[in-house]
Amino acid sequence: MAIALNLLVQFAQMALVLALAPLFAGFVRKTKAHLLRRRGPPLIQPYREVLRLLRKDVVLADSASWVFRVAPYLVFATTWVAAALVPTFATGLVFSYAADVIALVALLGSARFMLALAGLDVGTSFGGIGSSREMLIASLAEPAMLMVVFTLSLLAGSTQLSSIAEFMQASDVGLRFSLALALIGLVMVAIAENARIPIDNPATHLELTMVHEAMILEYSGRHLALIEAAAFLKLLLYVSVIACVFFPWGIAVSGQGPVAYMAGAGVYLLKLAAGGLLLAVFETAIAKMRVFRVPDFLGAALMLGFLATLLLFVTMAR
Amino acid sequence: MDRLALDVAHLFAGGLVLVSFMLLYQDRMSGLVNNFALHALVVSLAVAWQAHIQHAPHLYITAAIALVVKAIVIPLALHRIIVQLGIHRTIETVVGIGQTMLAGIGLVALSIIVMLPITAKAGTLTQQDLAFALSVLLLGLLMMISRRNAVSQVVGFMSIENGLILAATGAKGMPLVVEISVAFSILIALIVIGVFLFRIRERFDTVDIHALHEYRGEQP
Repeated sequence: MAIALNLLVQFAQMALVLALAPLFAGFVRKTKAHLLRRRGPPLIQPYREVLRLLRKDVVLADSASWVFRVAPYLVFATTWVAAALVPTFATGLVFSYAADVIALVALLGSARFMLALAGLDVGTSFGGIGSSREMLIASLAEPAMLMVVFTLSLLAGSTQLSSIAEFMQASDVGLRFSLALALIGLVMVAIAENARIPIDNPATHLELTMVHEAMILEYSGRHLALIEAAAFLKLLLYVSVIACVFFPWGIAVSGQGPVAYMAGAGVYLLKLAAGGLLLAVFETAIAKMRVFRVPDFLGAALMLGFLATLLLFVTMAR
Repeated sequence: MDRLALDVAHLFAGGLVLVSFMLLYQDRMSGLVNNFALHALVVSLAVAWQAHIQHAPHLYITAAIALVVKAIVIPLALHRIIVQLGIHRTIETVVGIGQTMLAGIGLVALSIIVMLPITAKAGTLTQQDLAFALSVLLLGLLMMISRRNAVSQVVGFMSIENGLILAATGAKGMPLVVEISVAFSILIALIVIGVFLFRIRERFDTVDIHALHEYRGEQP
């Protein structure tokens, strides 16, 4: 019975993240537009974009191989599975017994790998630039993310996100400096991974320093729709990870009644709204970085992750 | 000692290590001096908190000295110096912030590995203070060898002294006289260094210490 319930929660969660991801992206865009005193597109604009792209025909380059055609499906699938691992409104997800947070990092890494391959596949120079820059960012962002994960796992004694969230929620964690460092490091990684403003500009299509858009320039139709949806999912995933680990209040623990689940969903929506607001304010306030400064930015994130782990050892030596 | 008190002490001491890294990361002159003021502020907060939980009132005086001398007087003096030298807008060409950061992480790991077993019998507070103080000290030394500008080297030197204060706070029975005299010697060091900076500039038209290497007949 418990397993059936957990399975139900798991599928509800998968549907929820898929349904909410474009809305979240739309919310961030709308807030940014308001901060610039513009009206901005309606909240449901990202849904419309994806649906329009799904209806359109695919235009394939002559030099495109099967890698180019397969990549969007794999990118979308891996990102969706990764998003299914993050407890959003309830812990005790069935999938989290099969894959922990290190597997989550690996899933995101393979999605990135396939996107970079697809960027190289057609043979345009722009795609190649995008892929090489994406790999430059990834080579620093991934270890930084792993260090943050190690800090959390050492503290919680588990690598499962569900258990980490329950640990953070239940026991008195106390005032942990390492956690603050890990939070800042994770936020920096999230900004870099989602191509948000100091690293990359998500609003433009033609700019010499762009990274993510350069890789997917050759895509069209349903392929592009899947990649866009995967990008929305990834943004939601990072915000959810930060919310469930560092602000776990209100997440329903498995076995509580339906009221707890409803409350968890409501609190989750509030957290998303707060996260989107903060992201929009941050992006409006800051200028884009030169590409050659990006390694410094991510080096700082890596340093924070390392430092969090090291300081944790001092505390645990008691 | 309850856990929250220890956690706050850990927060301040760990914050000092973090600000040391921020010093390594900063490449603008005035930003560097502001960061140094923050460094001194954090060390005085750490000392004041430990005075509170160790019930050692003389440490409040140490904290006050650190706050007044190093968070206010020395940064103001350094700001004046860099404005007069005309380098307040310079962005220093730091060779490889990334590598410096990695080296810094290695130093922090080293000092924790060295200090934790040695101080295993001391109290947790002393243990943690000594480990962090050694990290701050080594990071200050790293700052001094990785920067070319003489003013950044002065900032590195001053941050080493902050690390020493943290170590002295953790160790029991450091006389107040010693602390006061150390604080004054730092002030005098600042004056001497200030004079030297202007002399170097007069002679070589720069405060880049690589000019000195050539003067000594070394290959650049």
